[in-house]
Amino acid sequence: MFYREAGQFKTTYKADQAIFPIVQDRWFVIGVLAFAVLILPLFANQYLYTEVLIPVLILSLAAIGLNILTGYCGQLSLGTGGFMAVGAYAAYNLALRVPETNLIVVFLFGGVMAMLVGVLFGIPSLRIKGFYLAVATLASQFFLEWAFARVKWFTNYAPSGSVAVANLELFGIPIDTPMRKYLLVLFIVAVLALAAKNLIRGRLGRMWMATRDMDIAAEIIGIRPLHAKLSAFAVSSFYVGVAGAMWGFLRLGSWEPLAFDINRSFQILFMVIIGGLGSILGSFLGAAFIVLLPIFLNQVPGLLGIPLSTAMVSHLEFMIFGAMIVFFLIVEPHGLARLWAIAKEKLRLWPFPF
Amino acid sequence: MRAPADSDIAAGEILLSIENVSLSFGGVRAIRDVSFDIKKGEVRAIIGPNGAGKTSMLNVINGFYQPQQGRITFKGETRTKMRPYDAAHGGIARTFQNVALFKGMSALDNIMAGRTLKMRRGLLWQLLRIGPALNEEIVHRHRVEEIIDFLEIQAIRKVPVARLPYGLQKRVELGRALAMEPDLLLLDEPMAGMNLEEKEDMSRFIIDVNDHFGTTIALIEHDMGVVMDLSDRVVVLDHGVKIADGTPDEVKRNQNVIDAYLGVAH
Ligand SMILES: Nc1ncnc2c1ncn2[C@@H]1O[C@H](COP(=O)(O)OP(=O)(O)OP(=O)(O)O)[C@@H](O)[C@H]1O
Ligand SMILES: [Mg+2]
Repeated sequence: MFYREAGQFKTTYKADQAIFPIVQDRWFVIGVLAFAVLILPLFANQYLYTEVLIPVLILSLAAIGLNILTGYCGQLSLGTGGFMAVGAYAAYNLALRVPETNLIVVFLFGGVMAMLVGVLFGIPSLRIKGFYLAVATLASQFFLEWAFARVKWFTNYAPSGSVAVANLELFGIPIDTPMRKYLLVLFIVAVLALAAKNLIRGRLGRMWMATRDMDIAAEIIGIRPLHAKLSAFAVSSFYVGVAGAMWGFLRLGSWEPLAFDINRSFQILFMVIIGGLGSILGSFLGAAFIVLLPIFLNQVPGLLGIPLSTAMVSHLEFMIFGAMIVFFLIVEPHGLARLWAIAKEKLRLWPFPF
Repeated sequence: MRAPADSDIAAGEILLSIENVSLSFGGVRAIRDVSFDIKKGEVRAIIGPNGAGKTSMLNVINGFYQPQQGRITFKGETRTKMRPYDAAHGGIARTFQNVALFKGMSALDNIMAGRTLKMRRGLLWQLLRIGPALNEEIVHRHRVEEIIDFLEIQAIRKVPVARLPYGLQKRVELGRALAMEPDLLLLDEPMAGMNLEEKEDMSRFIIDVNDHFGTTIALIEHDMGVVMDLSDRVVVLDHGVKIADGTPDEVKRNQNVIDAYLGVAH
């Protein structure tokens, strides 16, 4: 089948504003979801679930969160790890103190608490921009790391400082196998990703992008900078918080504040840059790339008979990331998602490039 | 000059009045004790040599700069302090001397952004994009499509504005301002850098906006032919001072104006 929009005339604005206006795109998304739900579980093994699928999905959600703030609203943040920690510890405390709470409610609570903290730390953005804002969010990262390491109530006075969750269940079904964890993550991420796509295409999304592109002109058409920036911090932190809660509960099971340190912030930021600033699809591509690259470097040279030492692999990883980030920042700020779009554009016209 | 409306306007009610406004930046006195008014339904031109303070005046009117002295009365309300978004809420829209579009967004989204003020649905509806939120998008899309038809930019609606030629960017920017359905539209050199044909198109749009929607327009323009054709009344600034105010014919004959444009020393 050809990838074409010829002949697909949209006769109503409603059809033109559908979430995936091109039929092939709609089928592509439905196809990917169907594959992820129906086919993958037939052959996936524990390794694929816990080392690839679950991390890619959860980190994609965090990347969507950061992309809303940085890619769509233009506010750089280095505090993603800290906001993930807020989500994880808020969820942990709710589950600990009100044990009957539904697991989905627990995750959403993590998101809401991260949202509140995010708005609080977003207030400086009303005054400062760019580099200075990045430094302010970095300060919030360090403050939050410190708080979860030092304020013992958050970790229920665990002597090791590490917290653990066990016996997860949802509607009476134990979430104990990797496959069940994966399906739960997939469900939440798919719903939230579609919701993000909706937001981006609506009034709020236009307010964010307008603020990003030219805040002065945005103000002149009646967009309050306060409203646009803080709503971006709120929505972004909510997504990051839910991702943090799921990372703690479904990926790690037990964790320390170190799991959400500054490296996590940079990891998510790199996903957004490599995947594409201002793209939901890019958030997935970036997360997949960053999770898969080390696995690839570990496995493939070995299979080809060129064994690399572990140190070599991690050096190579840094070099490739570094090169790609420089490349994307300079040449293609819209990242892998843009390369994908260009490929689609070519395909749409192929074989007649005129 | 467009005769039919002139007599109505002379008698018409005042939409905006500027009284004894002064604005300085440190030592630079950009506006000195200027007073004039804009009547409902008119096209009011603001002219003057480079650096006369025309753009600064628009910036004062839409709350972008706070004047150190003077009073501004809009729709009967005298204002002390106002932010640009308050001006937008009050019904003042504008375009910029250097196009100020949202570069990463399509022409359609730029104009849709102009509808932000008119949209009501909250976050949760927008997340789901069903029912009221979707209807709201569609209702506003219809209004925006009317503007797109009016400005004859159907073919470029999905194009990111950064890729458009300058003349079309100016048109999209006008569309964004029109989407706000303003009572007062401020246009800062809407035809600068355009060729003759583009100027003619733009003049036609401005006349139509004024005639069909009854929008009051304040227009900064250097091209005297355009000013004479479009405007009902003209105010002339020079070095921050108002040197003339009247119909295009009166202003054209005013000796101060002739001197200012010929650069006679003060
Ligand atoms: N933000 C600012 N800071 C300092 N000086 C300013 C600022 N804005 C304007 N000025 C000064 O105020 C004076 C009036 O400038 P303004 O831009 O209003 O002139 P203009 O009549 O619009 O000129 P032009 O025809 O060149 O657009 C100039 O001397 C200018 O240098
Ligand atoms: Mg000017």
